[in-house]
Amino acid sequence: MQINDITSLNKQAVTGVFMSAVTDTHAQDDHHHGPAKGITRWLLTTNHKDIGSMYLIFSFTMFLLGGAMAMVIRAELFQPGLQIVQPEFFNQMTTMHGLIMVFGAVMPAFVGLANWMLPLMVGAPDMALPRMNNWSFWLLPCAFLILVSTLFMEGGAPNFGWTFYAPLSTTYGPPSTTFFIFAVHIMGVSSIMGAINVVATILNMRAPGMTLMKMPLFVWTWLITAFLLIAVMPVLAGVVTMMLMDINFGTSFFDASGGGDPVLFQHVFWFFGHPEVYIMILPAFGAVSHIIPAFSRKPLFGYASMVYAVGAIALLSFVVWAHHMFTVGIPIAGQLFFMYATMLIAVPTGVKVFNWVATMFRGSLTFEAPMLFAVAFVILFTIGGFSGLMLAIAPADFQYHDTYFVVAHFHYVLVPGAIFGIFASAYFWLPKWTGHMYDETLAKTHFWLSFVGMNLAFFPMHFLGLAGMPRRIPDYALQFADFNMVSSIGAFMFGATQILFLVIVVKCVRGGEKASAKPWDGAEGLEWTVPSPAPYHTFATPPEVK
Amino acid sequence: MADNQTYYVPEQSKWPIVATVGLGVMMYGLASIMVDGKQGVDTMGAWITFWIGSAIMVYMLFGWFGNVIKESRSGLYSAQMDRSFRWGMSWFIFSEVMFFAAFFGALFYARMFAIPWLGGEGDKGSTNMLWEGFQATWPLLNTPDPEAYPAPSGIIGPWGLPLINTVLLVTSSFTLTVAHHALKESHRQKTKIWLAATIALALVFVCVQGYEYVHAYQDLGLTLQSGIYGSTFFMLTGFHGAHVILGTLMLVIMLIRIQKGHFTAENHFGFEAAAWYWHFVDVVWLGLFVFVYVL
Repeated sequence: MQINDITSLNKQAVTGVFMSAVTDTHAQDDHHHGPAKGITRWLLTTNHKDIGSMYLIFSFTMFLLGGAMAMVIRAELFQPGLQIVQPEFFNQMTTMHGLIMVFGAVMPAFVGLANWMLPLMVGAPDMALPRMNNWSFWLLPCAFLILVSTLFMEGGAPNFGWTFYAPLSTTYGPPSTTFFIFAVHIMGVSSIMGAINVVATILNMRAPGMTLMKMPLFVWTWLITAFLLIAVMPVLAGVVTMMLMDINFGTSFFDASGGGDPVLFQHVFWFFGHPEVYIMILPAFGAVSHIIPAFSRKPLFGYASMVYAVGAIALLSFVVWAHHMFTVGIPIAGQLFFMYATMLIAVPTGVKVFNWVATMFRGSLTFEAPMLFAVAFVILFTIGGFSGLMLAIAPADFQYHDTYFVVAHFHYVLVPGAIFGIFASAYFWLPKWTGHMYDETLAKTHFWLSFVGMNLAFFPMHFLGLAGMPRRIPDYALQFADFNMVSSIGAFMFGATQILFLVIVVKCVRGGEKASAKPWDGAEGLEWTVPSPAPYHTFATPPEVK
Repeated sequence: MADNQTYYVPEQSKWPIVATVGLGVMMYGLASIMVDGKQGVDTMGAWITFWIGSAIMVYMLFGWFGNVIKESRSGLYSAQMDRSFRWGMSWFIFSEVMFFAAFFGALFYARMFAIPWLGGEGDKGSTNMLWEGFQATWPLLNTPDPEAYPAPSGIIGPWGLPLINTVLLVTSSFTLTVAHHALKESHRQKTKIWLAATIALALVFVCVQGYEYVHAYQDLGLTLQSGIYGSTFFMLTGFHGAHVILGTLMLVIMLIRIQKGHFTAENHFGFEAAAWYWHFVDVVWLGLFVFVYVL
């Protein structure tokens, strides 16, 4: 863009009126080019919509890859005994499945949604730092290329679980651990830059009149998520650096014979790890807080309390990390503190669930695909929350720890929590992104098959865990056989169903019923004031928010 | 938010993808050097990979920052853009603080919990059974397993070189502030002198720190391998030293830019960002001086 473009844009700046779609398209036609042709559009882009799409495509690719690994795990566990893979490879599968899903699928999906929606929601022309935005994205394929390449290295991929506890990952880890560490570093750089971009965009690029307490909740939750990311990703970088030094340079951070402590690893890791859990759920909270009001045709119940609840959850997330480590033998005072602090999180979370239900109460509800996923989110995430409360009880946790109960718990918060939140958002905003309505019948099929498959896969795990089946094993005692088979059938069903999502999205991109600027009659917000599909450049001049 | 202006959204740029390739190749090379070295494989190829990646990174840094400087000087950046840079730099520094926090946390944990427990004190004193007779001391002049981790014969006392270094860094923060005030009053010559003084102090600091490391390794047997004291000592001071070097590079570039007449009294965020970074490095040092050297 040249300087004279800017001056003419300035002249054109509309003041005092709500930015209309017409003015916006006009500005676009006059002064901006559309997307560049060919591959350079994606490699060199600075456009938040392009980058958002790339994040979402990357995320779904990783979701299928991590999902394929889950299928290997469930195939092996279909029956007791070793059938398909060796224990060493099984461990690599559980580790890589976790790492890929957390860092490759869930986090990038939310960053993709943020890229697409934040500028549209706050009325900004783009993200605050558009070139850095593109770097944040491209680092991810780079990091995952390194991570996935460890599968083909001597000694195999990381095999110590996604939490990479020392000394399993230091003294006993495969040689590829060093590559894993550098891959984590690159992911961290990507996340931190992405988060900085989000904070700068939200704090600096809001349209005139959009005060903090008028911000849409997706924006609020992402602001707080970005803060968490900037606060804890460096701690992750710190802990993997300590690992790197222990492995390659003879330090003794996690080796008691040099005065260190393997438990130190767990403290530092979970100081990152617990806020990380909320990084993966808070943006879903935000999206659901848009979707439920839209399909209830009522404003969100308790906006301010929603904002404060997210803030409270984020702050509490910094003081609960040791509830992951009750069994390592932390002092009793520590156990009590971390137990009660953890239970306290149920209060703001309860506020949120109450508000979502109260929003639906006496609304005129319809159940299109986004709403189906959102309602399932509220109910099933709450189940995951309750099992979390059970795990928070220190004396009881001694029984649950490292069993399938834990696996059931975190899959209930991540699959119908984070992943359903992402699906709900995708269906909600697909008309805005593509300009077409998706196929509602197929989408509802996708929902119901996912819903049944996911519950079939993960609900029996509660019983398995309570009965004492340990996690991360390729073989198990015979009494666990029936539930494992049910669980595997559910997992295959859930996994296969996701191909349907790909079909729906491709179909929607290629054509379908034209979407209006606001395809959902209950939806609110600036993003619905621009045409569908959203023009390549939107809000070149900021709209006025009353 | 009343003063929103039309925001500069850059056209396509090759720098992010160049940076990705550079960082990826560099990191892959670095990991290969370590893994190959450990397995006794020739590390030549790994080193070449690493240097190629580094060269791409250097090319990218010059190109990308050059691009930004050019845009800034042609007046494309509004006050709002300036605020984005400010938010960006502030949160970047916050992320750096958290990075150091992880290592400070490790130091506190080792000192307050792990070592006393190994010595038989407190809630988990039973861990003393691992190495019976191990005496908890800090500084750790005896490790539980001296064969695996030979303990140092001594440590660096705080009131010699570290005190000198403290004085050097605190002074450098003052000289930098003087330079900043001079810049704001458009005294270019004065700015250059005080900035050069800051850089000189920084270089002396790095030299003193280097001398201290040689002393620790050669005379005291205080190394990365000498147990948790050496681990935390070298990781904290080492990462700090790396940040000092990076901060010094920033200041040198600011000096070159002032020489070229880049900054005005009102518009000099590049300089301010480097100054923020420098003060951050200074504050981290104060933490180090207190918790690593004195206490």
